[in-house]
Amino acid sequence: MTRLPRWADLVLVPLISLALAFAISALVILSIGQNPIEALKVMVTGALGSSYGWGYTLYYATNFIFTGLAVAVAAHAGLFNIGAEGQASLGGLGVALVALSLPWPHWGIALPAAMIGAALFGALWAFIPAILQAKRGSHIVITTIMFNFLAAALLNWLLVNVLRPVGSMDPASAAFPATTQLPHLTDMAAAVGIEWGRNTPANISFLIALAACGLVWLLIWRTPLGYEIRAFGRSERAALYAGIRPTRIIVIAMMISGGLAGLMAINNVMGEAGRLLLNSAEGAGFIGIAVALMGRNHPVGIVLAALLFGFLYQGGAELALWTAIPRELIVVIQALVILLTGALDNMVRMPLARLFGAR
Amino acid sequence: MALPGTQATAPPAIELRGISKAFGPVQANRDISLVVPAGTIHGIVGENGAGKSTLMSILYGFYRPDAGQILVGRRDAGITDSQSAIRAGIGMVFQHFKLVPNFTVVENVILGAEDGALLAPSVSRARKELRRLAAEYQLDVNPDAVVETLSVGHQQRVEILKALYRQADILILDEPTGVLTPAEADHLFRILKGLRDRGKTVILITHKLREIMEITDNTSVMRRGEMVATVPTRETSPEQLAELMVGRKVLLRVDKAQAAPGTPILELSGLRMVDRAGVERLRGIDLTVRAGEILGIAGVSGNGQTQLLDILGGYPEAGAQVTGTARLAGRTLPLSGTDARARRHAGIGNIPEDRQAEGLVMDFSAWENTVLGRHRDAGTALMDNDAIRSRAAAQMERFDVRPRDPELAAKNFSGGNQQKIVVAREIESRPILLLVGQPTRGVDIGAIEFIHRRLIELRDAGAAILLVSVELDEIMALSDRIAVMFDGCIMGERLPDATSAAELGLLMAGASPSGIPPEQGQPDPDEREPAKGVI
Ligand SMILES: Nc1ncnc2c1ncn2[C@@H]1O[C@H](COP(=O)(O)OP(=O)(O)OP(=O)(O)O)[C@@H](O)[C@H]1O
Ligand SMILES: [Mg+2]
Repeated sequence: MTRLPRWADLVLVPLISLALAFAISALVILSIGQNPIEALKVMVTGALGSSYGWGYTLYYATNFIFTGLAVAVAAHAGLFNIGAEGQASLGGLGVALVALSLPWPHWGIALPAAMIGAALFGALWAFIPAILQAKRGSHIVITTIMFNFLAAALLNWLLVNVLRPVGSMDPASAAFPATTQLPHLTDMAAAVGIEWGRNTPANISFLIALAACGLVWLLIWRTPLGYEIRAFGRSERAALYAGIRPTRIIVIAMMISGGLAGLMAINNVMGEAGRLLLNSAEGAGFIGIAVALMGRNHPVGIVLAALLFGFLYQGGAELALWTAIPRELIVVIQALVILLTGALDNMVRMPLARLFGAR
Repeated sequence: MALPGTQATAPPAIELRGISKAFGPVQANRDISLVVPAGTIHGIVGENGAGKSTLMSILYGFYRPDAGQILVGRRDAGITDSQSAIRAGIGMVFQHFKLVPNFTVVENVILGAEDGALLAPSVSRARKELRRLAAEYQLDVNPDAVVETLSVGHQQRVEILKALYRQADILILDEPTGVLTPAEADHLFRILKGLRDRGKTVILITHKLREIMEITDNTSVMRRGEMVATVPTRETSPEQLAELMVGRKVLLRVDKAQAAPGTPILELSGLRMVDRAGVERLRGIDLTVRAGEILGIAGVSGNGQTQLLDILGGYPEAGAQVTGTARLAGRTLPLSGTDARARRHAGIGNIPEDRQAEGLVMDFSAWENTVLGRHRDAGTALMDNDAIRSRAAAQMERFDVRPRDPELAAKNFSGGNQQKIVVAREIESRPILLLVGQPTRGVDIGAIEFIHRRLIELRDAGAAILLVSVELDEIMALSDRIAVMFDGCIMGERLPDATSAAELGLLMAGASPSGIPPEQGQPDPDEREPAKGVI
């Protein structure tokens, strides 16, 4: 098997996969009698053509960066964390409890506390599947899927029976105090005299997500713990030989993963909604799997992939708004991107490798 | 057409013309031409990284050559992938078998060669064919045995059967004896001779010149990607081959000074181990290794040596029960509830038996592997990767690891160079006790000489070395004392000068040493700790 040069593996393969996904999507759009060029134009102008579009794209991307990092950290330890969705929901619960528990004087104090709450709840939700895997050998894929359902049921119950303010018809928590409202990127731009992205939910969490990327990079490639996580993920026996304890690595990697997924809640729950809603994660946990796959579990790749999916989300919403293309088709396009960049990426890699080998 | 020295009358089974292959900057094969006459056993020798496996992978269609031509029976074979190689009559037995462990022998053999959609007729036809092949070539394996229950030697026979079932006329074996016991190796050679006598052609890659001399008709020597010579085996000698391989004279035996054993470093008494299935793997091992000596443990593999090394290394298999006492430099060594890190801290180095599965993370670069197990020793929050890189480069220089590229992933080094990375790491950590399992399995003679010399240097610097090897030659050459292990027991201890391969062979087979007390050969029995009862 001839191997691909690194740049081709990192750049060419995803780009070709993406082009293929778009080409097939174009055919699908054609087949329902719509104009694919027009559709692409709507998506691009809607998501990237204005600071308003960018504001939404970045907001979605922030979610996906957190969940993508979460899936990636687990993947480095050889663990497939499908539970980012549930962990992100629990993170939302952590944020809500922190925000509602004290009369926070300023968001600058509330934010670190909310981050701790979010990460802690997400990490704890990942801890149980981790310990089951480490001690009992229950497969993490199965348990994390189950924990997604448990998280949904738990939040449903809590929002209906416990957190719902008296007299409210909504299965949602009370609104957080106005002092916990995070600064939006619009406000931050305005502070330096730039008018940017009015009425969009993009907020300071985006910068925190980028910082998290840096920290994850440091963790995985620069710390002894990251070394152990990667060694364990690649070869369990070599890890044992090196004195790396499997239980410890499984638990720590999963808790970091869950914590990162939980952190997403500062963006959607604290930054945007300002209260805890039912189904707050809105599938971002699953998108995180695709983002990590496409980003090759590397923070830089994850940011790029998260931006792509942010674009697809926002562009898709615009498409539904301005064209006769039905909403479902947008899901189809997103699914094609996931399929081609994630699951089928060998389909592109193999012929490409042959091409390179033949030279 | 034939090279000088080959029987010009025999038509070539295979002819390679001008084969070249590069991996990035590494020229693994350079303009290689080779003629293998039909009906012969053709040996290929060469240093680690000389390009032997690469060449065979090209022949088997696994890699595409950058240039060159492959002729099978005088015709261009058009080998582009393994399928076309199989069609051309080429079969390959890989060092790491490609069998499905929970399939039966027949199922494995027909896998990928099923004729028709229904399995049952293929299976019964295959079973009959297998019986015939097995009888013809002394490949006795039960077609209905499940592969994972077979010994390594038998699994290898399944691989050979697989190739023969696909009507291979040319069989390539890449270091087939590395994993075999001496008896299994003898049997393999009988099989190979049988194949040759029936007109098949065999290409055998090995590092053991003894095997080359014993079984091959012609031998080709590779050096640094080039084919430097092809000679009829009976006209050459191990010394000549060694010199051709390495490009200089090689000492085929180690020179070492008399050991000067000091205080006991490792003392084991009554060490027992019962595995998860309840089988007693170690049954009361008493051993002492002193500073400045090498204690060799001889024995057929599978008699508890692996378990002994794993326990001392700090990672006994899951669910195992270990009892007995162990002392390291006079201090009690806990036998359970510990890990490999604690062992390293105590001063135990470990060259594991299986470098690919244990000694290295194959996907890690060479430099990352040079700190495996010692990655926390710096004690800093962040690892100083630049420092590790430059130390790795210097270490690779000292141990002559080729190619000298710290960024290359461990899996892309040839087997012997992988071993050098492990040996370098463990020796240079300056252990007081070094555990060594099969240090030269799959390692070329130049590197064997090198590794042996380093081990003796370490011994002379005062380290205690516990050496486990299934190579009796290696045990005899390196050890200052020899203990023979059989079925979880030490059958006896001998001094290398005062014993013979024959006597050790008897002990290895479990024959009790008639009338000789097991203590004989211990340098100073009085100083040994009185054996403690099993806890
Ligand atoms: N996939 C690969 N990528 C990069 N380099 C490779 C790859 N495979 C082999 N090499 C390099 O090519 C050279 C030849 O390797 P090869 O495995 O053919 O050696 P060998 O003669 O079989 O050695 P050994 O006796 O140790 O098995 C080595 O320097 C090795 O590092
Ligand atoms: Mg090889």
